[in-house]
Amino acid sequence: MSDYMHSFELFEPASIGDASKLINKFGKDGWIIAGGKDSLDWFKDRNKRPKAVINIANLKELRGIKDNKDYVSIGSVTTLTEMEDSKLLKKHFPVLIDAVSRIASPQIRNAGTLGGNVAQDTRCTYYRDGFPCYRAGGNTCYANTPTAMNREHAVFDVARCVAVTPSDTAPALVALEAEMVISSKGKTRKVMAEEFFIGPATDITRMTALKKNDILVEIRIPKKWAGAKYYFEKVADRQTWDFSLVNIAMVAKTSGGKISEVRMACGGVQCTPRRMTNVEDLLKGESAGPEMEKLAKRVAAQGAKALNYNHFKIPLMGNLAARAVRSMA
Amino acid sequence: MGFNLIGKNFTPPDVHAKVTGSAKYAEDFRKDGMVFIKIYSSPMPHAKIKSIDVSKAAKMPGVVGFLLPDEIKQPKDAGHAILSNYPVFVGQPILAVAAETEQQAEDALEAVNVNLQPLAFCIDPLDSLKPKGVNAHKDGNVANRKGIKLQEVKWSGKDFALAGDDKLPMGKAVTEWSYGDVESGFKKAKVVLEETFVSAANAHHALEPRSAAAYWENGKCHVWGSTQSSSFAHPSLAKYIGIPPTKLNLVTEFCGGGFGGKAYSYPIMALPALMSKKLNGRPVMMRLSRAEEFYNGSARAGFQGWVKIGFGNDGRVLAMDSYVIQDNGSTGGFWDFQNFGVAGSVILQPKAMRFRGIPVLTNTPPKGAQRGPGENQTANILEPILDKGARKLGIDRLALRLVNTPGGGTGAKVGPKRVPVTSAYLREGLVQASKKFGYSSRVKKSGKQANGKIRSIGIGQAYHAAGYNGWDGMVRITPDGKLHIHTGVGNLGTYSYAATSRVAAEVLGYDWKNTVIERGGTLKAMPFNIGQFGSNTSFTMTRTNFAAATDAKQKLLEIGAMMMGGKASDYELRKEKVVSKKGSNSITFARAAQKAIELKGKYAGHVVDEDLKGLTKISAKMIAGTGLVGVAKDKIPKKGSVPALAAAFIEIELDPETGRVEILDYLGVADVGQVLHPQGLDAQIRGAAVMGFGLAALERYVYDPAYGRPNARGLYQAKPPTYLDVPANLDSLAVKGAYDKQNPVGAKGVGEPIMGAASSAYLSAVAEAMDGQLLNRVPVVADQIINAMAKQPQSHKLLQTNCQ
Repeated sequence: MSDYMHSFELFEPASIGDASKLINKFGKDGWIIAGGKDSLDWFKDRNKRPKAVINIANLKELRGIKDNKDYVSIGSVTTLTEMEDSKLLKKHFPVLIDAVSRIASPQIRNAGTLGGNVAQDTRCTYYRDGFPCYRAGGNTCYANTPTAMNREHAVFDVARCVAVTPSDTAPALVALEAEMVISSKGKTRKVMAEEFFIGPATDITRMTALKKNDILVEIRIPKKWAGAKYYFEKVADRQTWDFSLVNIAMVAKTSGGKISEVRMACGGVQCTPRRMTNVEDLLKGESAGPEMEKLAKRVAAQGAKALNYNHFKIPLMGNLAARAVRSMA
Repeated sequence: MGFNLIGKNFTPPDVHAKVTGSAKYAEDFRKDGMVFIKIYSSPMPHAKIKSIDVSKAAKMPGVVGFLLPDEIKQPKDAGHAILSNYPVFVGQPILAVAAETEQQAEDALEAVNVNLQPLAFCIDPLDSLKPKGVNAHKDGNVANRKGIKLQEVKWSGKDFALAGDDKLPMGKAVTEWSYGDVESGFKKAKVVLEETFVSAANAHHALEPRSAAAYWENGKCHVWGSTQSSSFAHPSLAKYIGIPPTKLNLVTEFCGGGFGGKAYSYPIMALPALMSKKLNGRPVMMRLSRAEEFYNGSARAGFQGWVKIGFGNDGRVLAMDSYVIQDNGSTGGFWDFQNFGVAGSVILQPKAMRFRGIPVLTNTPPKGAQRGPGENQTANILEPILDKGARKLGIDRLALRLVNTPGGGTGAKVGPKRVPVTSAYLREGLVQASKKFGYSSRVKKSGKQANGKIRSIGIGQAYHAAGYNGWDGMVRITPDGKLHIHTGVGNLGTYSYAATSRVAAEVLGYDWKNTVIERGGTLKAMPFNIGQFGSNTSFTMTRTNFAAATDAKQKLLEIGAMMMGGKASDYELRKEKVVSKKGSNSITFARAAQKAIELKGKYAGHVVDEDLKGLTKISAKMIAGTGLVGVAKDKIPKKGSVPALAAAFIEIELDPETGRVEILDYLGVADVGQVLHPQGLDAQIRGAAVMGFGLAALERYVYDPAYGRPNARGLYQAKPPTYLDVPANLDSLAVKGAYDKQNPVGAKGVGEPIMGAASSAYLSAVAEAMDGQLLNRVPVVADQIINAMAKQPQSHKLLQTNCQ
């Protein structure tokens, strides 16, 4: 409550190898930090108390946006402002730029990184305030009781935990079929964005595929969707600083007036970005227009189940899907 | 009026420090050996303290001391404790630890063992009023600092059953008044509306959390504090510390936001002084965190209410009946609920009216005055209802307001006693602003636009009392010829301390360059005048400064007569000289000041009027012999009640698919009588509008009823508006032709209703965009609009509180 962090040892490794060694050395007592926008809140509330904090923000090898033949790579500690200013990203993946530019506030984007934006923990107030919930290792969910205040929580895929993904880039990266490159103990592995974000049924204590010894080093976006039609919209209470109530990202290709390929994902409705497969299936081979808008609205949130205070997310998902369709008309 | 300074723009003297960052706020002060305190706050909404053990914490590095609740005088009834031995809300301070660093103090807190026994708690007033409802306090569930002692009030099961599910239950009230024949008014009415409503509580969220530092030296306590008011904070802080005011030196140079929450002193402001006393005077600094500010910074009271309004054919309000249940928080709170009745009586001028209300304790943070406490909630509820009345009557919404709103200067009345206003020109304001805004043509363009959004116009109006009298003023002319204007009003950030000080310079004919405003604490020799709150500064402080300057003027003339012969009436003041009306004889003010010092007595502040307040007398002694002292109590005649009145026009575009409301244009109009400082007024109107939009649309006050703890205590959760949520240009207007004859320069204040006018205009526009559908709930946030536009039920229950 007093905003005073616990004491910890701060490390500034000079290479990924050193960072990796440190995180291996400290194990569960270690904590990777870059922009600090998620971490410092945890520390100031003293609800997370790592003994060693390993700052990777200054690792040059993790920073920058590079053009490759088949993909564009974004280093994990590239700041959101650097992404927003990137002509390369703007040219190929404007949907990602639209998402990035709506994250938090300009000040936060100056320090916050893409890695942090995708790896951040959920913002469930009960969990963040230190309630011993399932996600925190306890044996109940405080956000899903008959009286819980859960306006911001999930309408899909509830498995003990009802927290949602807070990320604005996540649905865009899922739509774009991005790949996450993860370094662990000197080895690297690649995970599709869609598998990178994990729900409570997979592991209730994590939001992503990242395990304790992992460092997210790079996000690769295939050029498959470069120049595609796109749509991103974030609905939040305020025009800056807020997490999404619901957001939506879409990329699509058309041929002869028909939608040949489309990927659509929605944030803020479940623990992971939700692929809107109903809408994708609906649209394939169809022409965007009033009928598709109406039908997209109808199927977008099928299966959703509201908690006490988030009924609005159901029509909102439908409305956003309809708007995405409308953007192609 | 022909003024040299009044009504003209100037740069207030504290602007430079604020812009450059050199301004020193309470937490910026340091002193050798300073230690820091941290507070252990209750994790439970209602609990009994079984034991406190600090033995382990006492051995922690750097720890120098503790203050426990039993060492502090505990308030009676529902008082607000500095440190409580009986916590009644989550976040209530229980004990404090002092250590050499804040880190050490925080670490030590974790080693403190407070054994609490949880007690049943209540966060919804209606729950507490039920026959078997929980009392938020062991001795009762109803109290208010305005004369309502802590007591238990329970309504009958029948009271609740009669109301059903769609109306406010209305059992026994503790406040009730009426005038006129209300029932007959409803019978004559063409349209009668009955609405049940909820207005959420709202935390103050001052950007500068409460900070204070203190030390003791030679038996005197020195405090650096954050407060809106200077002299008004002084005796109450001394009382909290337990010393006579003469033993307290208070520094209050800058205040990083108060909004009523720092109207004067507050309990925790005394904590560093008490800790310092225990540490033999060692300097102690207290800096609250954002979360602690939420708990200690008070909040606007929430309402659950009901109102019935009867309109005549032309929209005239023939009768109004109302009932407000106030969420009073866990202490004595503020009397917002009573202001609902008063504000309704002023803005609508109903021919007959009844008001009933009850303030109910809940285990939530203390509720306190927040900008327009009660009056702005009233505006938010009533203005959309006026629109509904106009719709039902088939008349224009502006026309309906014009037949009710006070105007024409005099004639309007205030409250149950129907006290006449000193001046009211809101009707003129509505007319002038409607023209400037282009109301008629914009209304025609309202409705669904090609982009799918719905454009609409809103009108808002609000009221607050705006002035007092009987306080002291003090000025001094030093032998260098400078005019020192001593003011204890405080520096909330509105710059009105400076604008009102200019009256003294105006009276004495001073060039503004030759004046110094003495402010910022007791060492500056403050007269005792009212604080900077309640929209009163402009009216009240212009009077005190006028009175003090008039006294100085008389003394200058008398000295002129002494030095140059004849009578005082043979002289006048011109260009900082006392000049003979007949010839060319003159002496400079500088010379007259020198003479005053030689004369001593009343001229140099050695002898002052008996009827001055205690602090004024002490302050006069401090400066006695340093110049010509003008010091006087404001005895300028005043009859009636001073109303601050404001109205607003807004144009919005509502997106029915996302619930987003974009403000396209805004014009706020204020009836301030004579404008003191045009630039300052413009900034006030625009700033108040931004705060109003937050109250109406964005700011959230959410409590979990199962745990009695807040879900939105941080700024990113509570969501005060940002500048991206408002248009870049907000427009302002002062009513032309307005002048308050009971103020020596025609001025009156307007700090509060300019917020309520904005918030109510916003809500009026939103309801209009939703085809007149009233949500009767403030704030109106995106989810409610999405639900309404999707024609699905709202998630909240009709009378539910603390959920938006």
